[in-house]
Amino acid sequence: MAGLTNNGGSKASSNIFGGIRYWLLAPSWVVIGVFLVMPVGIMLVYSFLTKEFRGGVIWEFSIAAYDQFIFDRGLFGDEEPAIEWTYIVIFARSIWQAAIATVLCLLIGFPTAYFIATRPPSSRSAWLFLITVPYWVNLLIRTVSMKFLIRDSGPLNQWLRNLGVIDSPIHLINTDIAVQLGLFYSYLPFMVLPIYASVERYNFTLSEAAWDLYASRWTTLREVLLPAVKPGIIAGCILVFVPSLGAFLAPDLLGGAKNFMIGSLIEEQFKGNAGNWPFGAAASMILLTMVLIVLMFYSRQQSRSEVEGH
Amino acid sequence: MKIFTKLMGATAALALMAGTAQAEGQLSIYHWFEYIPQELLDQFTEETGIEVTMDTYDSNESMLATLKAGALGSYDVAVPGDYMVQIMIGEGMLDTFDSSELQNFDNIQAQWLDVPFDPGRTHSIPYQWGSTSFAVSRDVFSGDINTTSILFDPPEELSGRINMLDAQGEVLLMAQLHLGLPQCSAERDHIKALDEMLQEAKGHWASFGSDTAKDVLVSGDAAVGQIWNGFSARARIEGANIEYAYPVEGYVAWMDNVVLLKDAPNRASAIAFMDFLLVPENAAAVTNYAQYTAGVEGVGPFLEPALLSSPEQNPPDGAPVGTFTAVCDEATQTLYDAVWTRLKK
Repeated sequence: MAGLTNNGGSKASSNIFGGIRYWLLAPSWVVIGVFLVMPVGIMLVYSFLTKEFRGGVIWEFSIAAYDQFIFDRGLFGDEEPAIEWTYIVIFARSIWQAAIATVLCLLIGFPTAYFIATRPPSSRSAWLFLITVPYWVNLLIRTVSMKFLIRDSGPLNQWLRNLGVIDSPIHLINTDIAVQLGLFYSYLPFMVLPIYASVERYNFTLSEAAWDLYASRWTTLREVLLPAVKPGIIAGCILVFVPSLGAFLAPDLLGGAKNFMIGSLIEEQFKGNAGNWPFGAAASMILLTMVLIVLMFYSRQQSRSEVEGH
Repeated sequence: MKIFTKLMGATAALALMAGTAQAEGQLSIYHWFEYIPQELLDQFTEETGIEVTMDTYDSNESMLATLKAGALGSYDVAVPGDYMVQIMIGEGMLDTFDSSELQNFDNIQAQWLDVPFDPGRTHSIPYQWGSTSFAVSRDVFSGDINTTSILFDPPEELSGRINMLDAQGEVLLMAQLHLGLPQCSAERDHIKALDEMLQEAKGHWASFGSDTAKDVLVSGDAAVGQIWNGFSARARIEGANIEYAYPVEGYVAWMDNVVLLKDAPNRASAIAFMDFLLVPENAAAVTNYAQYTAGVEGVGPFLEPALLSSPEQNPPDGAPVGTFTAVCDEATQTLYDAVWTRLKK
């Protein structure tokens, strides 16, 4: 992602491929069409269909799914519509959890990336290798392992108890903190890697120049290093925030499937007992809209920093 | 052009051959998780040469949802519970067979032959039957557990340590038994009472999980777990100090059945598999593994002796009989769906 910013000069590209340029792009368009536009289109259409009894859809236009998202009409559907807070709370909880995960990842990921990027080039790949090792194991298995670690009678509590730090076990499993742990742990490398890519290309003589000009360490970090690696930081934040927002493994396995996040709410509509496809599709569309807003914000930031930079 | 046509013909013939070869040698099962021993599947492949692939699900409702979402036509057999068989017949999702197609059809126990959910057994054969109640950790609680209050209005030491099955049918029926409500009642007061009671009970629950129902009891994460009787027996065998309850208000009874799915890609393999499961020795192998009860005659000699005295299979004297889940009409079911959605949201 960070690499995107560096292609400022490529617009004036040569004319080698002349008329066949568009044909050469065709495979990418097909991939985007088949794997992105079509599924999103199906989702959009389904979100406006009528729910069929016991799952499935009837091909009749309906906005019932969006209505259900926004209005609460009581158990029997005949009360005065009131604002439905449930789903707003679920979305707020998801955004909150994703935001915390992003901040935690940034706090740990930035120093880590900086550390790696300032090692001698020969040992950097070894450090990066170490970062990726845990991710050779499937996400599901890592999440279940996390559950084993933090349960009341698990190693974490045993260890703390043996050290005398606590008397009774810290109850983590099936709480929001457990979900947070799962999210943070799952997506940390997505923060480290783009920041590393930015810091690695950072010209450290700039820091030396700032130091020579009597900038303090803190000022140097804030005014020189951070603006230079900002694209990497933003890319990392997006790569952590967006998947955290839609995560369903962590809330399901670590949160006890009791406190929904957006991802588990949507999954329940298709695979679970609820069997309400239009509602699942509508919730997905609302999530997608939110993610798009975040990405648009990012690209605006990006173009602004480019204008400032050149 | 001629060459092209020939080529097409040859390709089509090849495809056809591949198709028939597949039809003879493959079987695709959609089954509950942890419900059949791998050795039995291996034995089936050894005896018939049919290769088996299996996907699993964790509730009747999620199986129905997946099949309706387009998986029908990719599986040959599934193993729905009694009421779900009736629903699937109603939805036209099952194929029929004639009893003469199954050599071992007569092995089916008389009481399971002409069942209300599949009169005359033209779509399904019995797999296993059992009950759904709950198990309580005897390390945590020593009082009387034979009441549904343990789940819905628990004593203090159990509150916040309860795992419920993530299955609409079984949670709602248990709640109805707790309140003494009839099944499939659309009466507003009944629905409201059910909704209110469940909303309050949810505060006492730690989690929803079906495939984790055994593990949370073994690990001690939960002190109470709504659970199927055989799964509870396996938790006990794996070391959990738990007791399976037979609440006086009642509990859920069920029978799982192997059904022939509509548009099964390998119908012949499916029939062979059903026939295989009706052999007493094979049905007993499932029972020994899953700890439920077979619906086939003559399994006795092949059963592990411990099963005979298993507390999960032998309700104490005076315990009520289990209640089967009823299939409700659309209007009522829609209300139950709403109650469930409100519970899970």
